[in-house]
Amino acid sequence: MASEPQAPTTRDPSGTRRETGPRWLLWVTTPLILAAFIGGWKLYTIVFDIGELILPPPEDVWFALIELLGQPMIYQATYVTFYETMVGFLIAVVFGVALGIVLGKVRSLERVLSPFLVATQVVPKVAIVPLLLLWFGFGLTSKIFMAAIISFFVMTQNTILGIRSIEPGHRDLMRVIQAPWWKRVISLDIPAALPAVLTGIELGIVFAITGAIVGEYLGGDEGLGALATVMLASLRTDQLFAVVIIMTLLGFLLYAVVAGIRRFAIPWHESSGRATSL
Amino acid sequence: MSEANSGPPAVVGSGAAISVRGVGKTYQASAGPVQALLPTDLEVAPGEFVVLLGPSGCGKTTLLRMLAGLISPTEGTIGIGDKPLFTGRNSTPDRDALGSLGFVFQAPNLMPWRKVWRNIALPLEGKGTTRAERRERAAEMAEKVGLADFLDHYPKALSGGMQQRVAIARALIHRPSILLMDEPFGALDAMTRDQMNLLLQQLWLDTGKTIVLVTHSITEAVFLADRVVLLSQRPGRVQDVVDVEFARPRDLAVTAEPHFGEQVGHLRKQLGGHR
Ligand SMILES: Nc1ncnc2c1ncn2[C@@H]1O[C@H](COP(=O)(O)OP(=O)(O)OP(=O)(O)O)[C@@H](O)[C@H]1O
Ligand SMILES: [Mg+2]
Repeated sequence: MASEPQAPTTRDPSGTRRETGPRWLLWVTTPLILAAFIGGWKLYTIVFDIGELILPPPEDVWFALIELLGQPMIYQATYVTFYETMVGFLIAVVFGVALGIVLGKVRSLERVLSPFLVATQVVPKVAIVPLLLLWFGFGLTSKIFMAAIISFFVMTQNTILGIRSIEPGHRDLMRVIQAPWWKRVISLDIPAALPAVLTGIELGIVFAITGAIVGEYLGGDEGLGALATVMLASLRTDQLFAVVIIMTLLGFLLYAVVAGIRRFAIPWHESSGRATSL
Repeated sequence: MSEANSGPPAVVGSGAAISVRGVGKTYQASAGPVQALLPTDLEVAPGEFVVLLGPSGCGKTTLLRMLAGLISPTEGTIGIGDKPLFTGRNSTPDRDALGSLGFVFQAPNLMPWRKVWRNIALPLEGKGTTRAERRERAAEMAEKVGLADFLDHYPKALSGGMQQRVAIARALIHRPSILLMDEPFGALDAMTRDQMNLLLQQLWLDTGKTIVLVTHSITEAVFLADRVVLLSQRPGRVQDVVDVEFARPRDLAVTAEPHFGEQVGHLRKQLGGHR
């Protein structure tokens, strides 16, 4: 038993992380899987002789996409959907996180309100769209509300979870050092809840874009959702697919930006080592 | 009296660092009241190293949390220096009294989002110090606990023992005269624990703080203490007080001395007598 203090040893921080293969892995696998998918798609249309109205072959969709990208209206539609998603999402972030903080802190309030909160989630929200159209018209407002309503709950719930998961030891610590309430909020509540809040926000953006597009499908003549219904009505399945691809790209982009915030906001957290997967 | 950091232990009687008079605690649990601690008396002299030893569930943490103002006693009074700890309405702990306390929890309770130096400096924040001052004092403290090279690491890069050193540095950063420690080394392996005991003894000898430490380990108690206070099984009460008089600084060889073994045996017998 050595009586002299030994040289302290550091644990390699990366050693505690799960191994997920080399960095370049995704750059190889993603194109491969994509190629396999497109190949399978092509093969399926040939072997089963699927009509191009039902499932156009990939190259048709590709040409439709190129053609679509040559027209200004696709950019207009993308912008509208982007705008609705972002405004609805930001409204939901502000109210969802604020409500989550309050409910997380005041347990009794959460108990009183939780049946109603759950009730709002059980209502199939697509069924509300006609109401929203009635109240806010066929313009952008009804879609913004749809995006906000759909993405709101998951952020509230994750914020509550984050506030609840603050360690009692940390609370005791703040009391022992006599930190005033604002110091506790800034130095403990917010940073401790942040990982969960960010998870809520990542899920929220995905819900928000879904909400906006569903709103567009069901009423109005602007945005990618409305464009998709036009393509369907004119039996241009190839262009419908092209629109779906653009929706996917938009969703991907928004998610990537929001998920990227994590690395800057909470570099200390285990989840920040790489992009999260849904 | 708040700065008992240097010089010989002050005169006992003129003012104990901690005085516990008839302090008891009954928790109101959902299944009914739980008496955790019977009315207990205890005086700790300035600069004294007192170890509370007792079986699990005997109320050691309860007593220590009361001393730290985290929970209030259901009876009796606690004095820190010459001030009562709990004053007036709602039994809110006195700010000055609390300011002269440092607390080390059983878990390090480091904030994973703060680098080591900012964990150490946390108690200084919002108290009229600049960032540069805090960093400097944190560096000074880190040096004392042997972590000078780890100021800019995140806690997850530290071993358990190193994390507990950070916790000790944080408890001492605001220069309290009293250090309360609740099984600070309970989660460490035997070798790290020995090192931490030596480090703690050195810190104590260098700074002359009053220390009250809770432990399960009889050898740790006898090795560190000026005085071991043995608590009985729940509901806790003081069962025995043992003075330990080995010369300081003690090294690990002291554990091999016959008298050390006798004192350990004496305590073990009393602890075991209730099982
Ligand atoms: N918040 C609480 N509510 C109800 N009962 C409690 C509470 N905290 C502690 N107790 C009870 O009080 C008794 C003393 O608990 P305490 O934590 O002080 O023990 P301890 O001596 O620190 O034990 P250990 O060595 O295991 O840490 C226990 O029997 C426990 O069940
Ligand atoms: Mg305990």
